Amino acid sequence: MTFLNFLISGISLGSIYAIIALGYTMVYGIAKMLNFAHGDVIMVGAYVCFFAVARYDLPPALGVLLAMFVCTMLGIVIERLAYKPLRQAPSLAVLITAIGVSYLLQNGAQLLWTSSPKVFPNFFKVADQTGVKLFDGQLNISYVTMVTIAACVIIMLALTWFTGKTKMGKAMRACSEDKGAAQLMGINVNATISMTFAIGSGLAAIAGVLLCSAYPTLVPTTGSMPGIKAFTAAVFGGIGSIPGALLGGLLLGVIEIFAKAYISTQLSDAVVFGVLIIVLLVKPAGLLGKQVREKV
Amino acid sequence: MARKLNRNLTAAQKTSYMCFFTYGVVILIYLMMQGLISSGSITSSLKGMLIPICAYIVMAVSLNLTVGILGELSLGHAGFMSVGAFTGVTAAVALQDVVSSNALRLLIGLVVGAIFAAFAGFLIGIPVLRLKGDYLAIVTLAFGEIIKSIFNNLYVGVDDKGLHMSMLSDKTQLREGGKLIIGGPMGIGGIQKISTFTAGFLLVMVTLVVVFNLVNSRAGRAIMAIRDNRIAAESVGLNVTKYKMTAFVTSAALAGAAGALFAMNYSTIVANKFDFNTSILILVFVVLGGLGNMLGSIVAATALTILPEALRQFADYRMLVYAIVLILVMLFTNNPKLKQVFNQFRTHNMRGKEAE
Amino acid sequence: MKKLFALVMAAVMTMSLAACGAKEEAPSAPAASAPAASAPAEGTAFRLGGTGPLTGGAAIYGNAVKYGAEIAVEEINAMGGIQFELKMEDDTHDAEKAVNAYNALKDWGMQISLSSVTSKPAEATSAENYADRIFGLTPSASSTATVEGKDNVFQMCFMDPNQGSASAQYMADKALATKVAVIWKNDDVYSKGIHDTFVAKAAELNIEVVSDTTFADGNDTDFSVQLSDAQTNGAELVFLPMYYTPASLIFAQAAGMGYAPKWFGVDGMDGILSLEGFDTSLAEGVILLTPFNADSEDAATKSFVEKYQAKTGEIPNQFAADAYDCVYAYKQALEAAGATPDMTAEELCELMIAQFTTMTFNGLTGEGMTWAADGTVTKSPKGMVIENGAYVGLD
Repeated sequence: MTFLNFLISGISLGSIYAIIALGYTMVYGIAKMLNFAHGDVIMVGAYVCFFAVARYDLPPALGVLLAMFVCTMLGIVIERLAYKPLRQAPSLAVLITAIGVSYLLQNGAQLLWTSSPKVFPNFFKVADQTGVKLFDGQLNISYVTMVTIAACVIIMLALTWFTGKTKMGKAMRACSEDKGAAQLMGINVNATISMTFAIGSGLAAIAGVLLCSAYPTLVPTTGSMPGIKAFTAAVFGGIGSIPGALLGGLLLGVIEIFAKAYISTQLSDAVVFGVLIIVLLVKPAGLLGKQVREKV
Repeated sequence: MARKLNRNLTAAQKTSYMCFFTYGVVILIYLMMQGLISSGSITSSLKGMLIPICAYIVMAVSLNLTVGILGELSLGHAGFMSVGAFTGVTAAVALQDVVSSNALRLLIGLVVGAIFAAFAGFLIGIPVLRLKGDYLAIVTLAFGEIIKSIFNNLYVGVDDKGLHMSMLSDKTQLREGGKLIIGGPMGIGGIQKISTFTAGFLLVMVTLVVVFNLVNSRAGRAIMAIRDNRIAAESVGLNVTKYKMTAFVTSAALAGAAGALFAMNYSTIVANKFDFNTSILILVFVVLGGLGNMLGSIVAATALTILPEALRQFADYRMLVYAIVLILVMLFTNNPKLKQVFNQFRTHNMRGKEAE
Repeated sequence: MKKLFALVMAAVMTMSLAACGAKEEAPSAPAASAPAASAPAEGTAFRLGGTGPLTGGAAIYGNAVKYGAEIAVEEINAMGGIQFELKMEDDTHDAEKAVNAYNALKDWGMQISLSSVTSKPAEATSAENYADRIFGLTPSASSTATVEGKDNVFQMCFMDPNQGSASAQYMADKALATKVAVIWKNDDVYSKGIHDTFVAKAAELNIEVVSDTTFADGNDTDFSVQLSDAQTNGAELVFLPMYYTPASLIFAQAAGMGYAPKWFGVDGMDGILSLEGFDTSLAEGVILLTPFNADSEDAATKSFVEKYQAKTGEIPNQFAADAYDCVYAYKQALEAAGATPDMTAEELCELMIAQFTTMTFNGLTGEGMTWAADGTVTKSPKGMVIENGAYVGLD
């Protein structure tokens, strides 16, 4: 039973990583840049939702929508001002700019909302219960976990459909394969990439709300560590692969919890990263990543 | 002036000109600083930053070897700094009673730090260099985190029977008169501050000599060939793994020495200092200074270490301003349009100066 | 060619940077040397400096100290008599930045110091305090190494080991539990210091530590493993030597699991009730040893809490109160020693050492505080329990 409980904890942690990783992988897959500010967009989304619900008493659903709207706008503005001028620049330059944006968001949040932690309200309660208890309360599944997993699957399916079937989605895939050729085929590359950021940032808002519902302490640095872990998860599953992000996130969460439970709470991070290295050695492009052949 | 002189030089002459120009700049700045120190007109703030700046310069130049010359993105460079810091300080503390000269102990610390970091670089290099691109980057990140985790749980003590080590909890059982050097999450405390600015300057010079000589050697050209086209390099019979490893291990060793220098400038050091954020900070120095441009790394490391201190007058807005400056600098140096505007402004200014 | 051009530009930038540096140095240089060398013209106030994390993950503690100290300085300056000029510099909870901040304060002309807010930075800056002979009184850096071997650095807070053994002693005296679990932060000096002495003392007092688990930065969101380890090993009480941010997560997750042991916190737990949005029923019955209670009816505390709320909109925690006390302790010591603002830092240092080792101080965080020559404070921690969303004194 404890094993099952740990598995459930692992899945609930993993589903959070997965939902963040989906946003990461989406942006990476198309714009080919590591958006280190993604974690901080998550934080902004969580703050917006917190203020909407806890301070201005808006219904939670409206709070989430508002957070999505603000994050989408933020994503577009960041992209327009900081990343778009660097479209032709080496990818490392964009990486550093993203780090600058990350610092900017963190410090801006601290000035706006102070450094005192806020406790995020839990929306996912039924009759004052935060979860389902099975087998005389020995097994616990929280509603947040169920919602997060459902959200992950829905987002994953939606993204797969979007990139596979719609015109915009096809344009995105074209840009990711060859920007030059896409341009020649009449695709507006700039608009497509901006759109990717808008979607990625909107997803970040959902991730932020779910992250803070599961682990309710909200500070300006809330997004940074989960962001890095989710990035790891995205690579684990094969960066750029949408189902890979889901799988990578879930596995990372489960491994982390099992490492804590059965090896050592002190060395759990070392174990997680050790497993990651071994997996990458066996499958150098991640679990579900495409191995691209190099042409001469 | 410099532009005109160099118009007719060959590539080889240019590189060697670059080397000597860089050495010259470093020596000049060192002498200037020494002058300021001896005349007593330096602020405590600047004086306190001299040694960390030297350490960061060495970090940046060594990372530039991996990122700029070898062309592989490393996100765990601070891990090597950590290995160097902890092993170097341990050596210096353990030899406290044996070697009385501070300078010699510092030297031993630096060398030990470099050796251990090189060894760590070698171990890590075996799996890492088989990977490519972002996957390689994430594995270096993972190694950085693992090193941090290990040092957070490592206990090392010294007594008359030698060094004792244990993991997870303090099981060293030191005899009377023994001393716990590394105390897990407490890190190392009560370090004697034996690093000096001159030692830092010498380390920077050694680093530059090592890196420039490597880059301008046969091995260096091979490394750059691998960076530019691995398949072509392989096809002409270059041993890719060997050359990659040479660059990676050299870079790690230099970072280790920098770590030891850095640690012995503070009375206390913890494993958490050398985390992902520090690795990123060093990477920022490298990218800002220009890939493969060692002088650029030196300037960027110096400027970005001083910048947050110079911004103290902004109080609460300090880090916000820092972030904005960072973004703007990246935009101005990398966007073709903005760059053009900037260049026009520069040439205009220069012409004005020449006319004078 | 382009590279060379960039190089020249870089060199020009360095020069201009150096020029900027020189410009900045010019006005500050006389200020730096003046208070140390001779009587400054404006030297009517003691220059009091301190470093703390004003930005970054630990910013809440640094800002609490900053505001607490500011309130005390405003009050004292309004009284006439001794005047202070206060400057807090940001160290982002990092030893390197703390030394930089300390040096910036030295350039500013700091005469007496509040050392650093958090433990590891304070270990680094207190070594500088010792070398420069600038007296330091830290509000909240509680590790042993902060004061160890430094005759001129003193603490306003309890030392970590004392908290650990006091907590174990308290549990034994009140017979709270025989089986105890500890969850601590593995990469934090504060948490580690308390944990180690707690475990040692608990063994002496026949309290069995049945579960001993950790977490670390970046690994501080999910506590299900730690909690179920405590639960399966039958711990009746869980000891949490940590700050309140992770503790709030632990309470929420334990409630989700249906695990309800007794909770026991240390001074870092103080402040949990003022967390915005926190469901205080989760912390019902938490016992903590803390020197400060913001809900106290005592007039001095009430006035401090009011002023703090007016200034920041938040309820002060123990860090703020310790900082407030530090400034008042300085006032008392400076008055008793007959110190004047034109004295050098070194002269003040000797006077302060003499005062602090002999004086008795009453403040918000305790009555009849005294300091030993090694810099540690003696004051009695108050046992508090959280009942109906408020702290209630236990004794």
